[in-house]
Amino acid sequence: MENNRVTNILLSGVGGQGAILASNILAHVFVDAGYDVKKSEVHGMAQRGGDVTTHFRFGKKVYSPLIKYGDVDYLLAFELLEALRYINYCKDGAKIVINDQKILPPGVNLGLAAYPENIAAVFKKHFKKNVHLVEGQKIALGLGNAQAANVVLVGAFANFFPEIKDKMWSNALTDLLPKKILELNVRAFEEGRRSFNGNSP
Amino acid sequence: MKKILQGNEAIARGAWEAGVTVACAYPGTPSSEILAEIAQYKEITSQWSPNEKVAVEVASGAAFAGARSIACMKHVGLNVASDPFMTLAYTGIKGGFVIVVADDPNVHSSQNEQDSRNWARFAKVPMLEPGDAQECKDFTKIAFEISERFDTPVLLKGETRVSHSDSLVELGERQAAPVPLGLDPKQATKYVMVPANVRVRRKIIEERMRNLEAYADEFPYNVMEINDPRVGVISAGAAYMYTREVFPKYSYLKLGMVWPLPKKLLAKFFKKVQKVIVVEELDPFLETEIKALGYKVFHGKDLIPNMYELSPEIVESSLKGKAYKGPKIREKLDDLPKRPPNLCPGCSHRALFYSLKKLGTFVFGDIGCYTLAAGPPLQALHSCICMGGGVGQAYGAGKAFGQEGLGKMCAVIGDSTFLHGGIGPVMDTVYNKGYSTTIILDNRITGMTGLQEHAGTGYTLRGEPANMVNYEELVKALGVKNVRKVDPYNVAQTMETIKEELNRDEASVIITENGPCMLHRREKRKFQFPYYTIDTDVCRGCKACLEIGCPAISWVEKEGATKDGKKRKGTVSINRLQCPGCGLCAQICKFEAILPGQA
Repeated sequence: MENNRVTNILLSGVGGQGAILASNILAHVFVDAGYDVKKSEVHGMAQRGGDVTTHFRFGKKVYSPLIKYGDVDYLLAFELLEALRYINYCKDGAKIVINDQKILPPGVNLGLAAYPENIAAVFKKHFKKNVHLVEGQKIALGLGNAQAANVVLVGAFANFFPEIKDKMWSNALTDLLPKKILELNVRAFEEGRRSFNGNSP
Repeated sequence: MKKILQGNEAIARGAWEAGVTVACAYPGTPSSEILAEIAQYKEITSQWSPNEKVAVEVASGAAFAGARSIACMKHVGLNVASDPFMTLAYTGIKGGFVIVVADDPNVHSSQNEQDSRNWARFAKVPMLEPGDAQECKDFTKIAFEISERFDTPVLLKGETRVSHSDSLVELGERQAAPVPLGLDPKQATKYVMVPANVRVRRKIIEERMRNLEAYADEFPYNVMEINDPRVGVISAGAAYMYTREVFPKYSYLKLGMVWPLPKKLLAKFFKKVQKVIVVEELDPFLETEIKALGYKVFHGKDLIPNMYELSPEIVESSLKGKAYKGPKIREKLDDLPKRPPNLCPGCSHRALFYSLKKLGTFVFGDIGCYTLAAGPPLQALHSCICMGGGVGQAYGAGKAFGQEGLGKMCAVIGDSTFLHGGIGPVMDTVYNKGYSTTIILDNRITGMTGLQEHAGTGYTLRGEPANMVNYEELVKALGVKNVRKVDPYNVAQTMETIKEELNRDEASVIITENGPCMLHRREKRKFQFPYYTIDTDVCRGCKACLEIGCPAISWVEKEGATKDGKKRKGTVSINRLQCPGCGLCAQICKFEAILPGQA
């Protein structure tokens, strides 16, 4: 990594999907790895099903809590439409993990708007092999709890950072998750990590 | 030891390290987390107050007794607390007293967009503005020192991108508050603000401001960074962070104290750099003041927007003008479906507002989750000004209409909001012979800001059992003769009750019962069935059930027919995982196509 270069990660999803836990895991890991870290999210009404984004930045010294429009190096999207909403925020060559899940917004529910088609294909057109679609829901359900999809996605995302030691990820999970669901989430993380290559185009 | 903390957590930590013993707040985005965090420190007595005015009064009482105390609120909260605040600037304090006021530029979750720095100038008190979590902690601590040294309340300004951003913080130890506890009855000239004493204090305020101006020059967080001397930026808080990021070569004067301004330091900075640009969010507060000192500001609000929030790209594009090249647009996204916040599946507000919509009533509302009923498809709330505002408005509109208005309007107010600002206008409605109906939407918690306790829930901030306000007895004591209770999930009965009270030529109050917030941890409504499902043999695709905007119900377009041959363009579908079984949609369906599901 270049000296003093700040890396920008955008997390996007729908309120209730666990994006905040995901960003807390990233913060734990990159602080552990010795970086300055800033992350910023709008709470407000997020838990009422609105869209949620977290700007996550790490580097030697980070000033702005917000990523500059167009400067996203990595996009971690928990929902397809919420991935598409931020496609123009991404740099050329950005690396992208998208949860293969649709959550219909109210306008679509009411039959007043259409859910965009072929979102994955749109991403692949622009970002080619850097796009990774992960079946977070399905994998988490297979482990017995759909709620763990967020950690599956983090597991997949971890593949982008081979320099981060496994121990740092597992320490983050241990420190941030209640004991009761830790083991499930450790497995979710590992499954997510494995899902990545199988899905890679 | 360094730890990653949210700005609000860091303020709480700063208060703890500073030896604070009393903390009060009314929740409000983006300030709510401060008190929730403070509640974890056993050395601090912390509590939710019914409103911000009470929070400031309680905390300042503790400060008069010598304790270090803190009151936290969002920007509009200081409007409510402005009465005690403006006069506390006269009395000063004894123990350190800090008011945290968190702004919401871009109005992510508020009823207006205010620049709270104006309060500092207005009240003649100092204001500190941190830009990240470390500064949140450091500034909170030094705010108490300033408060005691200059005998003044101190404002600490938060804002969404500072209060809700996380960054690394070096943790410190708790120190004992330096002022001993004690009340001195002989200090009437300081604490009793009657005209003769006020005039004395008025002069002291001016002296204090002069002393604070001198102090601003030595304030350790007003920092000059000279790089390229051709351009010097004066900025503060989040605006500084954005500007420093996109223009790393410029010189900077970063103000940690935004009021009063450091005159000598400004003079020094203007000597060291050739052109000065002021970058600040919202009002031209610094710019106006710097210009008033006789300096030439090369650029300020002529380029930087004076509304909504700033961001790195807005700062860059504003200052670069035509030279700014934005990133390329890969996809046109103008038509993407939006994802606004919505009432939760099963929420009792949805049921109540469906009844109001069917009655065609004009609804004066205010602030809470229920304000979401203003949006489509319900569109059943028609005003929202401030907490408690709808009650007085409904009464006032009735005064304008006279008898003509009977049956046409009502007020709605949440439980927490009622205790915040709804009691006075209900009393007024009775006293001045109004006829409006006030519906208290009692969901047993402060919902929208993230489930905070209040005086009507029976529990304190720290989860200890407490007195629970009885709304029925309370409004009866105010003189309301007609107090009704409804189960909001029973649409027919609710509509009938509302209709009766709306047409009554006397003040009335309707209280919703057994409709706790769907996210409530302690209280749950038990619905008769676990979920509902669509009988696709019967569903005619009339879309009536979509009128309630339930996230669990969606439209499935597919031409076809019912079992008995009625043509339809599609059917609806209920997501079993999301449906809690409230049964509202089943009451709306005219064709009995929505049936209870079995566990």
